[in-house]
Amino acid sequence: MTSTDPRNPLESVARRRFLISSWPWRSAGYLLTTAGPALAAAVPFAVLALPWAAALSSRHGFGARTVFAALGALLVAGLGPLVALPLAGVERRRLRLVDTRPVTSGHVPASGAARWLRVRYGEAATWRELGYACLLLAAAPVLYGAFFMIALFVVGLAASPLLAGNGSGRAGEPLALGPVKIDSVAEALPYGAAGLVLLAALPYAAALLAGAHAALARALLGRGSGERLRAELVEVSRSRARLVDAFEAERRRIERDLHDGAQQRLVSLTLKLGLVRVELPPGSEAGRDVADAHEEAKLLMTELRELIRGIHPRVLTDRGLPAALAELADRSPVPVTVRADLPERLPPHEEGTAYFVAAEALANVAKHSRATRAALTAATRGRTLVLEVEDDGRGGADPGRGTGLTGLADRVAVIGGRMLLSSPAGGPTLLRVEIPCGRRSE
Amino acid sequence: MRPTVRVVLAEDGVLLREGLAGLLGRFGFEVVAAVGDAEALLAAAAEHEPDLVVTDIRMPPGFSDEGLRAAVELRRARPGLAVVALSQYVELSYAAELLDSRDGVRVGYLLKDRVVDVEDFVSALRRVVEGGTVVDPTVVRQLLRRSRDPLSRLSAREREVLALIAEGHSNSAITRILHISDATVGKHVGNILAKLDLPLTDDKHRRVLAVLTYLRGTA
Repeated sequence: MTSTDPRNPLESVARRRFLISSWPWRSAGYLLTTAGPALAAAVPFAVLALPWAAALSSRHGFGARTVFAALGALLVAGLGPLVALPLAGVERRRLRLVDTRPVTSGHVPASGAARWLRVRYGEAATWRELGYACLLLAAAPVLYGAFFMIALFVVGLAASPLLAGNGSGRAGEPLALGPVKIDSVAEALPYGAAGLVLLAALPYAAALLAGAHAALARALLGRGSGERLRAELVEVSRSRARLVDAFEAERRRIERDLHDGAQQRLVSLTLKLGLVRVELPPGSEAGRDVADAHEEAKLLMTELRELIRGIHPRVLTDRGLPAALAELADRSPVPVTVRADLPERLPPHEEGTAYFVAAEALANVAKHSRATRAALTAATRGRTLVLEVEDDGRGGADPGRGTGLTGLADRVAVIGGRMLLSSPAGGPTLLRVEIPCGRRSE
Repeated sequence: MRPTVRVVLAEDGVLLREGLAGLLGRFGFEVVAAVGDAEALLAAAAEHEPDLVVTDIRMPPGFSDEGLRAAVELRRARPGLAVVALSQYVELSYAAELLDSRDGVRVGYLLKDRVVDVEDFVSALRRVVEGGTVVDPTVVRQLLRRSRDPLSRLSAREREVLALIAEGHSNSAITRILHISDATVGKHVGNILAKLDLPLTDDKHRRVLAVLTYLRGTA
């Protein structure tokens, strides 16, 4: 730890070079600037707490005092957060003076006045901040007051030889420093020496007080561990979604490049070969070679088209999910009926995921299920796309075996959807996928 | 000697457009205009009054079905105009829209990849120009897959013949393609039409439409 720089006053006081570091000054700055926000918050809080003053007064009966106490509590709890929230914001900024680690608020973003109020009053962070405000107003004056009294006393002690000299010269009265009375410079000298020693200790005390305050502020104004975890989770899932989005965009780019480039050229080349093939006498050697080349090129065309379809089918890009699902069903060896009831185009990523889920599911049906028919339905329920693949096969599909089904579930989970599978031994198998749409409308 | 067929060609891919223009020229078509988008297609068709329009379905600016829209519009303005639409993939709604325009006379719907079989492609174009209807065999195959009914009733050979009927082939052409006797083809065709309750006719154009209408009805 000694090799790293101290991060707050509490860590700094243990250092040998503390007194010549910036920490005493930072601590002093922190302590002095506490006055501003504390005073600014004190005024509204004093208003809110007025009923408490009435409750403490002995002029009222017990019942009335209880009512006043309750009213005060209600006011502080109800309106206090409105003061505590901005105060916390200022305090978090001020905390940078004595804390090198950034402290972030535990609030979740909320827009709109009604939603903002609902979210803020429901958050633990808000109530911690209210607690901080109350502590600041109740405890800080006492502790800070005591500290400044001591500081004043120590400064006075240190200056006592000078003061005693001046004082005796001016009025002849003894210099009074609390319980100590000093009559002459000579008498003041030991006090002065003690004062000087204590003066050197003053920065330590300031750092300890500032450090304690800062630690408390950090604990109450930052994120709680649950909030931190949630924030991290949100960030992780956001970055996962970004990754998958980038991956999806890359697929589309590759598909577009292949379609506009290689495929066009290949069709044109095959067309030319076809033309030459017609020109050449069919029996000749050149004729046979060109015919072979033409057939090869046609095979390559088919392969390239299949490849492109596997990356991202053109019909999906152009015509949307219902058309792509119908085409998928047409290519399945097991007869598939399709019912796609989608009023509008889905976002591209959701559309792509649904398509690939359906493709993989139908491939599974053909490979493993021994089904004689399958049904594919796609419909939107509210803002959720529900895709179902049902077959009359032997069932027993198990996500644990093989990676196909878990891969599907992962793919769906990335965009916040879920996959449900029912496949009892003997069948039938029903795969249901729910994909939220319009999740990322921004 | 057949009269020269005047063609307006619309395809946004430059390579394929040039290839197609060369191909058509080689086989005695006269390409009066070769354009790259639907707007230019409409303008060129208005200017040149061609006998045949060969158009890609998916073209700029929107890259959805601009070519098809233009083709349907041209057919509405000039009922006799022959139109062959080329598609990247089978889209039954596209085929249906074309076939529904002016009773499906002189229309063709082919997959783009067909163009590389130059002789088949050219003969399909000629059938359309001569008043026929040509539908890509993949369309028929899809319709057959989707229609629950005839699938169970037709034999594999009959389905093969059905696809050829839908492609606008005459009985004698089917004889040549499948290497079977005239009588056998006649028997298959009779069986198919009977099984599907379609009127028995040798008019290949009406046959195509009857078959397609039937399949679309059951799909």
